[in-house]
Amino acid sequence: MSNHAVPRPRFTAPDPERGSPEGGPKAALKIETTAPLLQGKVSELPDAVFGWTMRLCGLGVIALLGLIVYQLVIGSQLSWHAFGWKFFALSDWNPVEDQYGALPFIFGTLVSSFLALLIAVPLAVGVAVFITEMCPTRLKGILSFTTELLAAIPSVIYGLWAIFVLIPIMRLYVEPFLGKTLGWTGLFAGPAYGYSVLAAGVILAIMIIPIISSITREVLTVVPQHQREAALALGATRWEMIRVGVLRNARAGIVGAVILGLGRALGETMAVTMVIGNRADIAKSLFAFGYSMASVLANEFSEATGDLYLSALIEIGLALFLVTIVVNALARLMVWSVTRGQPAKSMA
Amino acid sequence: MDSGSNSEAVFIPAIGWRRWATDHLMTGLSVLTVVIVLVPLFAIFTYLVYKGIGSINLAFLTQTPKPVGEPGGGMANAIAGSAVILGIASLLGVPVGIGAGIFLSEYGRNRYGDVVRFVSDVLNGVPSIVIGIVAYGLVVMRQKHFSALAGGVALAIMMIPTIARTTEQMLLLVPHAIREAALGLGVSRWRTTLSITLRTATSGVITGVMLAFARVAGETAPLLFTAFGNQFWNWKLDQPTAALSLQIYTYALSPFDDWHRQAWAGSLVLIVLIVSAVAAVRIVVRRGRLAGA
Repeated sequence: MSNHAVPRPRFTAPDPERGSPEGGPKAALKIETTAPLLQGKVSELPDAVFGWTMRLCGLGVIALLGLIVYQLVIGSQLSWHAFGWKFFALSDWNPVEDQYGALPFIFGTLVSSFLALLIAVPLAVGVAVFITEMCPTRLKGILSFTTELLAAIPSVIYGLWAIFVLIPIMRLYVEPFLGKTLGWTGLFAGPAYGYSVLAAGVILAIMIIPIISSITREVLTVVPQHQREAALALGATRWEMIRVGVLRNARAGIVGAVILGLGRALGETMAVTMVIGNRADIAKSLFAFGYSMASVLANEFSEATGDLYLSALIEIGLALFLVTIVVNALARLMVWSVTRGQPAKSMA
Repeated sequence: MDSGSNSEAVFIPAIGWRRWATDHLMTGLSVLTVVIVLVPLFAIFTYLVYKGIGSINLAFLTQTPKPVGEPGGGMANAIAGSAVILGIASLLGVPVGIGAGIFLSEYGRNRYGDVVRFVSDVLNGVPSIVIGIVAYGLVVMRQKHFSALAGGVALAIMMIPTIARTTEQMLLLVPHAIREAALGLGVSRWRTTLSITLRTATSGVITGVMLAFARVAGETAPLLFTAFGNQFWNWKLDQPTAALSLQIYTYALSPFDDWHRQAWAGSLVLIVLIVSAVAAVRIVVRRGRLAGA
C-alpha cells in the first residue's frame, strides 16, 4: 500500500514547476523515464499487451468487412470480366449455355421487398404509436415483448408456416378475391397457385414488422415530453398531438427504421425461397412465380458446377451485399440523427 | 381571454366534432394495427406448438433420419450437429466480440472507435447468405469439402458485430467512478477492465451473447453451403454436418407427410432450445449476481 502511494505524488510534483521555465515537456519526460519505479515498469507491459489485443479485436471488425469484400470481389472476377455491367441488365439465366443475367432476381427482390414495406410500414408505425402514446402501462411490457418475440422466430420456421398456412390461405381466399376485384389492373392476374411474389411480400412483411416497430418505438420515446405537452396545451386532440408533436419530430428516425426494415427484407433468404416459386421470370402479375437474389444463392450455390456459374452467383452475392450496405448505412445515419442528438428540426 | 372562451363556446362543437371523429378514428386504427400484427404471431405459435407437440416422440429425439419414404426416424444427429456448429461459432465469435466491445467502450472513444462502431452496425445488416459465401470461400474452397467448421465460421462472423455492440453498451453503463476507484488504488488498467468493469457488467454482457447466440441458432441460409447437412451421425469437424435448421428446410420442401410432421417437431425443438438457452442463462446470471452481492 505505502509503496504505491508514496512515490507517486513525489514523482509527479516536479512536473509543473520544472515544466514552466525551460523546455517543459522534455524535462518532465526525462524524469519519467529515469525514475526507478519498479511497479510502473512491471505493470506497463501487460497493460500495453491488453490494450493492443483489444484494439486488435476492434480492428478485427473492420477486417471482417474487408474480408467479406475481398472474398466477394475475387470470387466474382470471372463473371465480371465475362459480362461487365450487362450482367445486371440481362434477363437470361441459363447455366447450361453459361449465359447469366441477374435482372429477374433483382426484379424479384425489389418487388417483394417493396411489397413488404407497403404492408409493413403502416402496421409497424401504428403499433409503435399505440405502444408509446396510447397503451396503458400494464399492457406496454406485454405488447413490446410479444412483438420482439416475432423477431426471435428463425426465418426457416416462418417459411414452414408460410408453406402450410399462408400459401393455402393465399390460394383459396386472398388471390381469388384480389383477382376478382383488382384483376383489371394486371397486377393481380393469372392463375392463383399461392406460391407467388405476393406471398413472398406478405411473409416478408410479417418478418420485418417487429424490426420497424421496435426501432420506431425507440425513436418515438426519444421525442421530448415537452413537445407533447406543448401540443396538448394548445388544445390539440391526442391524434393531433401525435401527428404534430411526435411523428413530425421523429420523421427522420422513422424513415431510418423503414429503411432498416428494407435492408432486412432485401437480404432475407429462407422464408422467401420457400414461397416465391423460384422461377427466373419477370412478370407483371404479382401472382406469378418469381425469384430473388438471395433465393437463387440458396438454391443453386451448392450445386453450381462450372466456374463461371459459381462466379455469377458470387457476383449476385456481391450486388446484394453492396445494396444492403448502402441501405443500412443510410438507415443508421438517419436513426442516429434522431436518437443521438436533439430532435430533428421540423421543416413544415 | 374572455373573447377566446366566448368564441370557443360557439365554434368548437362544429370543428370539434370533426376533430373528435378523426382522433377516435386514428385511435381505432392504431388498435387495429396491433390486432393485425398479433394475429400472425399467435397463428404461428399456436400452429407450431399444436403441430410440433403431436409429432415429437422418443424416436425423433434419438434416431437419425430413415431413408426416403420410410416413416419414422428422427433428427438426433441434426440436434447434435447444431450443437457442434454453434459451439464452434461461440468459441470463435464470443472472445473476439467481447474484445471488440471492450475496445469500443474503454479505448474507442475517438474517431477510430466511431469507425468500428459504424462498421459493426453495418455488418449486422449484411444478409446471412452473403456471410455463407464468405465462409465458403474461406473454408470450404480450401478444404475442398463442406464441413461443420465452415458452418461455425459463418455463424461466428455473424455473432461478432452483435456481441461487440451489446458488450459496449453494457460496459458503458458501468459508472466511471468504479473504474477510477480501482485505478486510484493502483490497480493496473487491464486488471481494472477485466476484474472490475467487465465483472460489474457480466450479466448484461452474457445476455448480449445469448441474444447473438439465439439469433444465429436458427440461421439456415449461411449453413446451406458450409455445413451442408448430413443424414448420418458425424462428429468430425471437417465433414458435412447436419443442423436442425437445415433439416427443417429440407423436410419442409419434401413431398412426404411424415417429413412435414418431423419438420414441425424440429421447429418446436429449435424454438424451445433457443428460448430455454436464453432463459437458463438469465436465471443463472441473476442467481450468481445475487450470491455475489
